[in-house]
Amino acid sequence: MSSRIREKLSILADAAKYDVSCSSSGGSRKNTNKGLGDSSASGICHTYTEDGRCVSLLKILLTNHCIFDCAFCVSRKSNDVQRAAFTVEEVVDLTMNFYRRNYIEGLFLSSGIFKNPDFTMERLVRIVKKLRLEQRFYGYIHLKTIPGASQELLTEAGLYADRMSINLEMPTEAGLKLLAPDKSHEEVKKPLGFIQENIVRFKDEKKLIKSTPKFVPAGQSTQMVIGATPETDMEIMYSADAYYKKFELKRVYYSGYIPISYDERMPIIGSQPPLLRENRLYQTDWLMRFYGFDVKELLNFQNPHLDVDIDPKLGWALRNMDQFPIDINTADYKMILRVPGIGVGSANKIVQARKFCKLRSDQLQKIGIAWNRAKHFIRCADSIFELNNPEAFSIKSRILSESNSKYLKIPQNQLTLF
Amino acid sequence: MITYVFDGSFEGLLTAIFDSYELKSIHVSVICEKRHQPGLIGDDHIVTTDEIKARRVWQGLKKKLPPDWQQRFYNTYLSELPESFQHLFDFAHYIFDNPKGAETNFGNASVMAVSQTDKSVNRERHRMKAFIRFQKTSDGIFYAPIEPDYNVLPLIATFFKNRYADQMWIIYDLKRKYGLFYNLEKVEEIKIDFVSETESSTSFLPAKAVDENEELYGLLWNDYFRSTNIPARRNMKLHLQHVPRRYWRYLTEKQHN
Repeated sequence: MSSRIREKLSILADAAKYDVSCSSSGGSRKNTNKGLGDSSASGICHTYTEDGRCVSLLKILLTNHCIFDCAFCVSRKSNDVQRAAFTVEEVVDLTMNFYRRNYIEGLFLSSGIFKNPDFTMERLVRIVKKLRLEQRFYGYIHLKTIPGASQELLTEAGLYADRMSINLEMPTEAGLKLLAPDKSHEEVKKPLGFIQENIVRFKDEKKLIKSTPKFVPAGQSTQMVIGATPETDMEIMYSADAYYKKFELKRVYYSGYIPISYDERMPIIGSQPPLLRENRLYQTDWLMRFYGFDVKELLNFQNPHLDVDIDPKLGWALRNMDQFPIDINTADYKMILRVPGIGVGSANKIVQARKFCKLRSDQLQKIGIAWNRAKHFIRCADSIFELNNPEAFSIKSRILSESNSKYLKIPQNQLTLF
Repeated sequence: MITYVFDGSFEGLLTAIFDSYELKSIHVSVICEKRHQPGLIGDDHIVTTDEIKARRVWQGLKKKLPPDWQQRFYNTYLSELPESFQHLFDFAHYIFDNPKGAETNFGNASVMAVSQTDKSVNRERHRMKAFIRFQKTSDGIFYAPIEPDYNVLPLIATFFKNRYADQMWIIYDLKRKYGLFYNLEKVEEIKIDFVSETESSTSFLPAKAVDENEELYGLLWNDYFRSTNIPARRNMKLHLQHVPRRYWRYLTEKQHN
């Protein structure tokens, strides 16, 4: 008995790991009737695997049997891998017992499609319902939306899950058609839109009737695979931006493709996953969501690719030297946020502290800004007068000579196949 | 220059602040009696902890500081760092001597010091929420030993009480030799008399003391931890940055390797 469950867990955790979302934030379920769990709004990473990724949720597939044959997916029908399936009770038991020992924040449940979408979705809903109603579980639940499942099932799922997600898989429709001819972005947009409408509707109702239940309180997210198909960074981020805006997504995840197939349409097994590119895309994503940048400022037809050697914020600043240097003691908060080396926390501290006195460089360094980068773009109380502003090129080489990128040691083979 | 020697308690520190105003001392250096070595030069003032004086100072701070800064003040104290007492002393003076709102002057050294120490304590508090691993004992109590860098037990009690409302648990700080016990009603402070040093130093309970399924769930968690890793993305530097080695001995997933 115990060896079979161990085998199943290994197979179905292994099959689920390419879904990168692991956030457990945004939902706050209060434990009011002495049940188990109380999800905190900030989310908690309970451990990190040796690849440095956070482990917050028990991320598993209900089964890796699948009727589809998508080239990029490890569980595709034609792939020769061990197959397994959990029972409803097994998933509930694992979740409860892991949670009781403080191993996890909750459950991330996905599944291969067996029989048909409704049959699969119905099983997923049965598990979350059992956890919430029978086990009085208040931990975090992230549930996959199965494309093609009925609206009734999706509505029911939304009442028990904290977050729901459905993956775009490839950044563009053309890329998706290349690797998974059966799939389309249309069938992702439909359920995304349907759940989004319901989120808005439940929120509106809650304003009038307080007892209205929560509906997907932590919102929706999606994921795209990077580097399996030949999209530019611009195409990827424009697509992400459109989905953020249209469906009010909480997150878009970018997953560097890890070769798992001998399919000649994709990078060969053994080639390096594009980790640096993935990192630059996340940096761009952050600049869009927290730093007030428009995606068109960072990527456009003149610059369809992100710089490899410098981060996108520094790249933008160097292309827009006419806007710098700025005076820390008088500049707008929004402009301070745009200085390379100054984050949201430091920018807040700066605008509060400068009400008391004109800030000097030593104070700015104590506040915690990355001085070696920021100093080229700002003036403060003790700045010496400079006759001519330095050029972008010389700033870049000075910054690069002072820093050693953690990525330079990793071999770069960005899209060499195309 | 005068040295204030206090007993290391929070009330003692607040009393020291009270005394400095009463005695009109300037240039005070604050030190805990455990670390104090009477010197040849300079004066010593021995602070006698006084609950009434302490409460007056705390009430005063509460009037001038918003709740999040009251919490930062207390968190900084829980860091137990020798220099933090001086920072808190200077910070309190800065707050009392200036109009309301002075805590947002991040250009001031003591404001920044309290802000940074609070950040470290908070990080440790958050780590404990993440890294605590319970073992179910044969009598049904969930037990977790810890050795946090800072004294964060007071900061996590409510969190665990709300989360594990339907199970009895003990979180025990082996370094500071006290723990928390939740009996399904409320959280109490406890001290355990370990029979021997070896008993208290093992992070995992012996097989006879744990529930019959404990080993299986530990193994399953280990299996999961290994299976969810992607070897092609291996990045030990990042791994160690997130899970520093000093926490490993209490992490179930780091045992069966």
